[in-house]
Amino acid sequence: MNKTKKRFTEAYLGIYGLWLIAFVVAPLLLLVIQSVSVPGQGFSLSNYKEFFTSGPYLAMTVNSVWYAFLITMVTLVIAYPLALCLTKLKHRQFWLLLVILPTWINLLLKTYAFIGLLGKGGLLNSGLEHLGFGPTQLLFTNGAFLLVAAYIELPFMVLPIYNALLDIDPLLPAASRDLGASAGQTLKKVIWPLSLPGVKTGVQTVFIPSLSLFMITRLIGGNKVITLGTAIEEHFLVTQNWSFGSTIGVVLIIAMGLTMALTGEKKKKKKGGRR
Amino acid sequence: MKKLLMTFSGIALLLVLFIGLQFALTASRSQSDSGKKDTITFYNWGDYIDPEILKDFEKESGYKVNYQTFDSNEAMYTKIKQGGTNFDLAVPSDYMVAKLKDAGLLAKLDKSKLSGMSHFDKTFMNQSFDKGNEYSLPYFWGTLGILYNKKVVSEGDLKGWSSIWSEKYRHRLLLVDSARDVLGLTLLSQGKSVNDKNVADIAAAQGKLSSLMPNVKAIVGDELKLYMAQGEGDLAVTYSGEARNAMERNKDLAYTVPEDGSNLWLDNLVIPKKAEHKEAAYALMNYLSRPDVAAKNAKYIGYATPNKDAKALLPDSVKNNEGFYPKQDLLDKLQVYEKFNQYWTQKYNDAFLEFKLGKS
Amino acid sequence: MKIIERTWLTFAFFLLYAPILFLVVYSFNSGEAMQGFDGFSFVHYQELWQDTRLLQIVLNTLILALASSLIATVVGTIGALAIFRTQRKLLKETLLGLNNVLLVSPDVIIGAAFLILMTALGLKLGFVTVLLAHVAFSIPIVVLMVLPKLQEMNRDLVLAAQDLGATPTEVLTKVTLPVISPGILAGFFMALTYSLDDFAVTFFVTGNGFSTLAVEVYSRARQGVSLEINALSTIMLFVAFIMVLFYYGYSQKQKGKKTKLKEKVK
Repeated sequence: MNKTKKRFTEAYLGIYGLWLIAFVVAPLLLLVIQSVSVPGQGFSLSNYKEFFTSGPYLAMTVNSVWYAFLITMVTLVIAYPLALCLTKLKHRQFWLLLVILPTWINLLLKTYAFIGLLGKGGLLNSGLEHLGFGPTQLLFTNGAFLLVAAYIELPFMVLPIYNALLDIDPLLPAASRDLGASAGQTLKKVIWPLSLPGVKTGVQTVFIPSLSLFMITRLIGGNKVITLGTAIEEHFLVTQNWSFGSTIGVVLIIAMGLTMALTGEKKKKKKGGRR
Repeated sequence: MKKLLMTFSGIALLLVLFIGLQFALTASRSQSDSGKKDTITFYNWGDYIDPEILKDFEKESGYKVNYQTFDSNEAMYTKIKQGGTNFDLAVPSDYMVAKLKDAGLLAKLDKSKLSGMSHFDKTFMNQSFDKGNEYSLPYFWGTLGILYNKKVVSEGDLKGWSSIWSEKYRHRLLLVDSARDVLGLTLLSQGKSVNDKNVADIAAAQGKLSSLMPNVKAIVGDELKLYMAQGEGDLAVTYSGEARNAMERNKDLAYTVPEDGSNLWLDNLVIPKKAEHKEAAYALMNYLSRPDVAAKNAKYIGYATPNKDAKALLPDSVKNNEGFYPKQDLLDKLQVYEKFNQYWTQKYNDAFLEFKLGKS
Repeated sequence: MKIIERTWLTFAFFLLYAPILFLVVYSFNSGEAMQGFDGFSFVHYQELWQDTRLLQIVLNTLILALASSLIATVVGTIGALAIFRTQRKLLKETLLGLNNVLLVSPDVIIGAAFLILMTALGLKLGFVTVLLAHVAFSIPIVVLMVLPKLQEMNRDLVLAAQDLGATPTEVLTKVTLPVISPGILAGFFMALTYSLDDFAVTFFVTGNGFSTLAVEVYSRARQGVSLEINALSTIMLFVAFIMVLFYYGYSQKQKGKKTKLKEKVK
């Protein structure tokens, strides 16, 4: 019996491994090779040296991390209660699908809609005017940028959290309440810790792409926020310096690998503790 | 498991349905195309031709047109160079023509097969990027200038490029997100050329540029016209074609080119070396050069046409508008961008990047 | 408590649907732009109906999205099982790390890298290359959705099934897959979303007349996106909504049957 199971595992590994080699390892290698082959110099680490010694690029890196962090936080703050509310609804699967539905509309189009909503003569501003706040500058502000970025990432945060919340044994919160815990305490001590794996997945699926956002930074942020994504896009499409663009990409991938490894470690300790 | 299976077989069914539909559509299209000659692959900017012209051309010539789109010169260059698709006709801008030519990716034009050469205005022929028009014919042209709201900005205040540094415009200016254009206008304001290749000049321009920051509200791309039409900014540095588009949506907007000169840009028709249907490409090129067709196209796109006989067919309000068809003395001051190598492209871009980062 | 929940739901759904509603309303504008409503009209729907090129692109997009997410779901689930079953820690971490590489790489880089790869492999750019690329960037998200479900799965279930004499195939189809099916479905929908939304990767690896909606919309941006696209989005949204309703109604009915059956057994 165990032998067949092992064979299954091997088959899985084989299929998946082949795929990884063809479509992850190979492109990754190409990327690394490109980043160390500087035009006119052959093999050289000069790109990496330039990246880590140039003020603008370091400033941009710090900027990217900071904004990605803020976007993740804003998204989490909106998504967690939403996921929690969703699990309590009667037709929750239906509502969940309604959360995903907006993502099927083209991103650029939605961004244009936001320009219309947030603009000077836009709906939001005319609403504010009725309330007596006068026209306010909303576009090209950090607030608008965070809002739209969070809007786009929201479903990717809600889904894993919702799934994690649904898996919680309903008896546990009930028991907590029976034992005299307030709703707040139950949430904090029982529901939140149990939903952490979902939160972690959500944070990963939101934080990482947020590091390399590029279109919204221009359309909504008016390039007031510049991320590494902008730089990569520029190197690949404007200056055509693929070598340096690849360098930034490799740095980004390594940075994410480190982040993943660190968060992964934590999780294991916790699991050990529980058992 | 059952639910999973049901869901996925539903999805598979849907997939089959779509594929069937696609086949039906393709079949119905090719049926009406039966008896036609070759299919020509036209690689152009999105929505950069009146679709009716393509239909008329198909009817008239018997060729079928496969219209493919790109969103930047550089992206187009990558695709043509990689060679996965054989494009028959493409529309690069001026400096990109030079780049494609130098990379050996363009086919030389056979002048004997071109019937529309006499219609073109000499001002736009024989440019530095393609001397003697050996590889390209102009498609549309325009300038870089200032789009402003007549209600709050007066044209008299916008005589030179330096005027946008004025404290009056604090936090009111939108800039086009392009290193070459923004640095170029700064160089012009300092009496230099847009093609300046002098490190000290570029450093000086960067210095001057950094003091523009308080005026800048945002640095944006194609959507600039949308923002201006919505009244997000009071003035903006942008291209004439974009300005025209915004002015159609908002009557308070106007466009001017500062007197110290500007950039002249041209989009051009070229035939890539790997084109498989060159005869068809020539046919389409000639068709687009016909004055009546070029005029129709110009009306649809709104950019300035280099075809002087087509220009004559345009309404007076368009052809006499100095913003879009400047007088000769200003026209003489316009400079076409020369192709930069990677070193200088990088130099300009680094300067622009530092300018952008200096904002926060 | 109830009031707070309701308020939050209303707020979140308002936020989610405000821009969508905006797009839908403007698809009926008789004017040409998403600014100032000139009057109600179906002009843009008529334009759309006559634009066979655009309709073909829509079909391309849908076929691509469904096919790539189906394949990605299968391979991704296998991948999740592979990672889950791997005992060696180093191998496990490596697999997981490699899985996430595509997730973190910016689209432009993935696109450029795939373009080099595909041309190196001698593939002719077109539907197949785009399909492969979409499958490739959708797999990681499927793995990420399925893996937690596997980890949360009660191992006793599998052991019990084995004790009762279930073959590995039976364990897989009768125990494991049903338990992780919410993750698989979530992964599928995520993959669908990624595929529908992607512009940069598709742009690089497409060719020979194959185009998707996102590529078309982006390349139209220079002239300003026409309201025809709004009309198209409205229709697609409407159809998707109907399908969601249908799917939900159907699964509710199934559930109803099941509970009845259970009662009978009792």
